[in-house]
Amino acid sequence: MDLLNHLALGFSVALAGVNLLYAFIGVVLGTLIGVLPGIGPVATIAMLLPTTYALQPVSALIMLAGIYYGAQYGGSTTAILINMPGESSSVVTCLDGHKLALKGQAGAALTIAALGSFFAGTVATILVASVAIPLSELALKFGPAEYFSLMVLGLIGAVVLAHGSLLKAIAMIILGLLLGIVGTDVNSGVPRFAFGIPELTDGIGVVTVAMGLFGFAEIIGNLEVTQAREMVSAKIKGFWLTKEQFRKAWPAVLRGTGLGSILGVLPGGGAMLSSFASYTLEKKIAKDPSEFGNGAIQGVAGPESANNAGAQTSFIPLLTLGIPENAVMALMVGAMTIHNIQPGPQVMTSNPSLFWGLIASMWVGNLMLVVLNLPLIGMWIKLLQVPYRMLYPAILLFCSIGVYSINNTNMDIYLTVLFGLIGVVFVKLECEPAPLLLGFVLGPMMEENLRRALLLSRGDPFVFFTRPLSLAMLVMAALLVLVIVLPNVRRTRKEAFQEEA
Amino acid sequence: MAVVRSPKDFVAGLMFIVVGIAAIVIASNYTLGTAARMGPGYFPRILGILMITLGAILALRSFKLKGEPLPGWRWKPVLVVLGSVVIFGAIVNWAGLVLSTVLLIVMSSAASHEFRPKEAVISGILLAILAVGVFVIGLKLQIGIWPGGH
Repeated sequence: MDLLNHLALGFSVALAGVNLLYAFIGVVLGTLIGVLPGIGPVATIAMLLPTTYALQPVSALIMLAGIYYGAQYGGSTTAILINMPGESSSVVTCLDGHKLALKGQAGAALTIAALGSFFAGTVATILVASVAIPLSELALKFGPAEYFSLMVLGLIGAVVLAHGSLLKAIAMIILGLLLGIVGTDVNSGVPRFAFGIPELTDGIGVVTVAMGLFGFAEIIGNLEVTQAREMVSAKIKGFWLTKEQFRKAWPAVLRGTGLGSILGVLPGGGAMLSSFASYTLEKKIAKDPSEFGNGAIQGVAGPESANNAGAQTSFIPLLTLGIPENAVMALMVGAMTIHNIQPGPQVMTSNPSLFWGLIASMWVGNLMLVVLNLPLIGMWIKLLQVPYRMLYPAILLFCSIGVYSINNTNMDIYLTVLFGLIGVVFVKLECEPAPLLLGFVLGPMMEENLRRALLLSRGDPFVFFTRPLSLAMLVMAALLVLVIVLPNVRRTRKEAFQEEA
Repeated sequence: MAVVRSPKDFVAGLMFIVVGIAAIVIASNYTLGTAARMGPGYFPRILGILMITLGAILALRSFKLKGEPLPGWRWKPVLVVLGSVVIFGAIVNWAGLVLSTVLLIVMSSAASHEFRPKEAVISGILLAILAVGVFVIGLKLQIGIWPGGH
């Protein structure tokens, strides 16, 4: 059994003392930001990325990954107990989770959320491990034309599934690609869009862009809203589910895990989309849909399993193809690049202990989350009482020190501020920053593959359409756009998203 | 007379057009090359053209599709938050981590409508100690603790 050997290698790495410690730090930090509203995984990972320089690459990635799936656990806690989603992927958990808490069943809701997440995490870990090899082998057959088309498909797919205007989202991708060009051209050595600023000849860091667009802009957005947070904390009586609840919950956990695992792999997918889709599904197939919104246990079990499965399987395209499919994965590309690892199918063969260690660490991290979270809920709730007015200056501080420490230059701080300002404008104009970040990360790879593909075809642009795999991916991208643009589909899509919101 | 019915889309469209034009103008200094042998100016120009096209569609469509009005803009949080970070960046080299941290915390706290000066100073001092502990002692970053780089 090859898979077992690989997993054994992975666990030997993940269970090594140092890595166990970093997985622990990652999931605790993830839970923390999951609990705290107003700061999401993208901003947190951007904030902590610079501090991972000194670490071994595998420890760094294990910690950063832990933050992402840890946040899914933390988000559900606040959603259930105080009706406030700590994370966007827990929005739907509020609907029924908090109703259960009001009925005195907060413990049952928290337990099923944690166990469902753990089950989903286990399945997702096995899934990641088992599809990694075949997908990487497929990816190794890709030439530059296929890679270029794959990136087009990835980027289009990412915006089709996101919410908001499709046209704006595509424009944001292009803007991201343009920003990705800033810096010295690898082929000619010409500095592009550097405006004579020496720091810009090395390009803009992904941390700078993400911290400005997500971190700073989020803080400013939160400060513009002046209403105070209200807290209705519910009492937790016991952690056990009734037999009836258990009977209803476990099929929802299975469905949520399946749905989340699939949606997590798709471009643009991940935790948030998975939880929304799972809630909609559970409501549709329920015998008594009127239960939903009044404390249906399936409405917690499904989405919470789905968001954790989605968070983990969204690593599949990154680890096997080197293509990030959401903003968190774009930052993981940044993290790998910082440690001189070129993301892509070759990682598995050239760096097997890192690859399998990261995958195994996900399961270990999930186990830690279940063991830690339920007993620690009281502590998380205390943390929530730290007012935002004291929290955001601290976030600003850690962002500033972090971004400064990357190159020890003040210019990076100023650039982050500039992106913060741009981020505020984007919010006002309803332009989502996530597609920009994806374009930004993929920009240099896309240009390189476009160049190589056209060099090999002697400038013939039809190379993208004559190679079957490349053609298939472009056709899929075009179909995705068509599906959204067709008016009746657009209408239902709008309705679907309104229902979710 | 044509009226902009979706101001957000209109402004966003204009923004994309301006960026697209700027990209093409700047990239005109770089060698274009041919499709088979692309120079550094090839890809930026493609992106510039796409940017302008998308921006134009968005701007033109805003005459037809109805959308929400532009939201108001509260300058205080923007200026105070971003301003305090700029000042942190400007002084951290010579003022050292402790002083610049306290200044950043106190200044940025003022952006909140529930600003409490005393609390901000205390939290600034505590965070300065934490920052020195984590970043200078723990992670060994090359940042001076006190003015003069000590």
